[in-house]
Amino acid sequence: MADATGPDGLPIVVSGTDVVAGDTRVLAAIDLRIVAHRRTFILGPNGAGKSTLLRLLHGLVAPTRGSVTWGGRAMRPVRQAMVFQRPVLLRRSAAANLRHALALAGVRGKEATRRIAEALSSVGIEAIADRPARVLSGGEQQRLALARAWALAPEVLFLDEPTASLDPTAARAVEGIVHDIGARGTTIVMTTHQLAQARRLADDVVVLSAGRVAEHTQAVEFFRHPASEEGRQFLEGERL
Amino acid sequence: MIGRLARNALALVLATLAFGAMAENPSIVVASTTSTQQSGLFPKLLPAFEKETGISVRVVAVGTGQALDIGRRGDCDVVFVHDRVAELAFLAEGHGVKRYPVMYNDFVLIGPKSDPARVAGGTDIAVALRAVNAARAPFVSRADKSGTYEAELRLWKEAGIDIAATKGPWYRETGSGMGPALNTASAMDAYVLSDRGTWLNFHNRGNLGVVVQGDKRLFNQYGVMLVNPDKHPSVKKDLGQKFIDWLVSPRGQAVIAEYRIDGEPLFFPNAGTDS
Amino acid sequence: MNTISESFVLALTMVANVDPQIVAVVALSMAVSLSSTLCSAAIGLPLGAAIAVSRFRGRSALIAVLNAAMGLPPVVVGLVVYLLLSRAGPLGRFGLLFTPTAMVIAQTVLITPIVAALTRQVVEDAWVEYREYLHSLGSGWFRSTQTLLWDTRWSLATVLLSGFGRAAAEVGAIIIVGGNIDGVTRVMTTAIVLETSKGDLPLALALGTILIAIVLALNLGAQGLRNWAKLRHG
Repeated sequence: MADATGPDGLPIVVSGTDVVAGDTRVLAAIDLRIVAHRRTFILGPNGAGKSTLLRLLHGLVAPTRGSVTWGGRAMRPVRQAMVFQRPVLLRRSAAANLRHALALAGVRGKEATRRIAEALSSVGIEAIADRPARVLSGGEQQRLALARAWALAPEVLFLDEPTASLDPTAARAVEGIVHDIGARGTTIVMTTHQLAQARRLADDVVVLSAGRVAEHTQAVEFFRHPASEEGRQFLEGERL
Repeated sequence: MIGRLARNALALVLATLAFGAMAENPSIVVASTTSTQQSGLFPKLLPAFEKETGISVRVVAVGTGQALDIGRRGDCDVVFVHDRVAELAFLAEGHGVKRYPVMYNDFVLIGPKSDPARVAGGTDIAVALRAVNAARAPFVSRADKSGTYEAELRLWKEAGIDIAATKGPWYRETGSGMGPALNTASAMDAYVLSDRGTWLNFHNRGNLGVVVQGDKRLFNQYGVMLVNPDKHPSVKKDLGQKFIDWLVSPRGQAVIAEYRIDGEPLFFPNAGTDS
Repeated sequence: MNTISESFVLALTMVANVDPQIVAVVALSMAVSLSSTLCSAAIGLPLGAAIAVSRFRGRSALIAVLNAAMGLPPVVVGLVVYLLLSRAGPLGRFGLLFTPTAMVIAQTVLITPIVAALTRQVVEDAWVEYREYLHSLGSGWFRSTQTLLWDTRWSLATVLLSGFGRAAAEVGAIIIVGGNIDGVTRVMTTAIVLETSKGDLPLALALGTILIAIVLALNLGAQGLRNWAKLRHG
């Protein structure tokens, strides 16, 4: 379901970028290139700056130094979506949450209704379309957040540890949905500290350590021979 | 549903806002004193006038001083008050057209049954006030710019007492209208000067009763004036004058004379006299 | 029988007999206070929401001013509105003094800061939660404000009710600008003042009882609505 006019918010290019919050340098000297149709996983221990890097790529955080461009432009493109670790749901029904996001993207009326139905059934929650979003279970809430992103048919989807607060069953369901969205041609950038998840889903891996990119390699390569010391330690940590 | 609610609410707002401008009846605003309203005279007088002329009268009842101020700002058409000195000043400033005497009633000295100053039954207000002062008996004063307060100050002077110099904790300046002053006196078993009309229509009397009356210095004259339309163009000259003419006409004077509580007249019409 | 029990009986009698004069006074009270609540909603909701989602120089000073203005002395507001609307004042030519409109204006001045300050608080709490998501959607300032106002509507209903309660219970400002004219600007509170002046304390208290009962009923209704909304919408 890639856009007919081709990706225009890609590649995302980060060059020489620092992000400073207060007096802490959260990200330092980042150079990164996210290309179309790949599932890129940002790995690293807690506090490495994964969430900030994701927000930088999405345009929610401005670089203190350096630059971020999307398809060569400094303007953050519209056709991106993000799913947060704790889903932000409006105090409305599940379907109304989708309708709100679609309206902001300029999709209304019958087209909106069609996309809402399609997205809800894609994540398997069409039965609860009219239930208030905020009384759903944690797993249902995260699936709803994914459906909402799905309905927007974004060029790039960012996911910030979407399974971190879910039980294993719900987490596997979410992984399946992420896989399906990627299979449609949507470029995916996701943070996680679960190596197993990256092993199952990632095309590319970015290892982040203390605010710096330690390595950016293809997943297959990474799991076989991590190029960086940090990557190796991270992999060994899993074996322990 | 929200939309319909909002529409209904909006309609209600517009209706309320239109209230002031609604052309139901021609109307005038009369600034008057609390005594005319709280004595129950206006609720009797105004319907009679409205029935005969179709003009509705909107009364703003405040102290005489404030009523005259409302006139000075051009915010009413007619003032109907009781302080001859202040009324003449109002005329001299050019805010009023002409002053018409309408009626009088009288002030009475109200006091508690215990009567600590031993003045009950007296007819000489000066003697009574001297006794209140000598006994340092609690006395409630309006201490506002009302006609009653101006009268009270004149009476202290008549009694030969410089109240500003001699007042002590016994002399309680409330800065309130007649009714609140009576409520205060009732709660404190104090003496208080009141107009008879408000007193007769006052319910919360407690231990209070009339202790001194009948002195001619307790005479309380009411006058009515049209606010000067040359100075205040918004004044409804014709309607206001109609109200004044009716008040001083035999018909209006008769309604005033007929108003009684328990058979006792509250106001005595005296239009056409030089009062 | 003492004054208090006497006035309760009187209040019940007046309600039971649907005393037309009382009904007119209650209706005017409600119309005036409802109008001023709607006016203050029209100003205070967008203003409070705008402050909640904006960052600018002097913002915290503005919030402090707004919070302080929640306690504006009614008599002072009444006096200022009186001087503005007086024939001798800047808005004198509209002839609004001693009309219900003047009372609506005075009450609106009194309760708009309450509505704006409480709205700011409610919307800002939601804003903290929604900010990243709305930014992520590319929702502009105006659309974000709209979303937040809609999503906090049940809390805001309570905010408006606080404003309404204050307006309906207030007397200092409206007795000055309305003049307490029988049948035109006499509302519950000014009628209570008048009956107290006449020393008719049972009648005054009976009117007060009705006023309190109305405000109480409205608040119970709003609380029920809010509980229902919390259950229904989370």
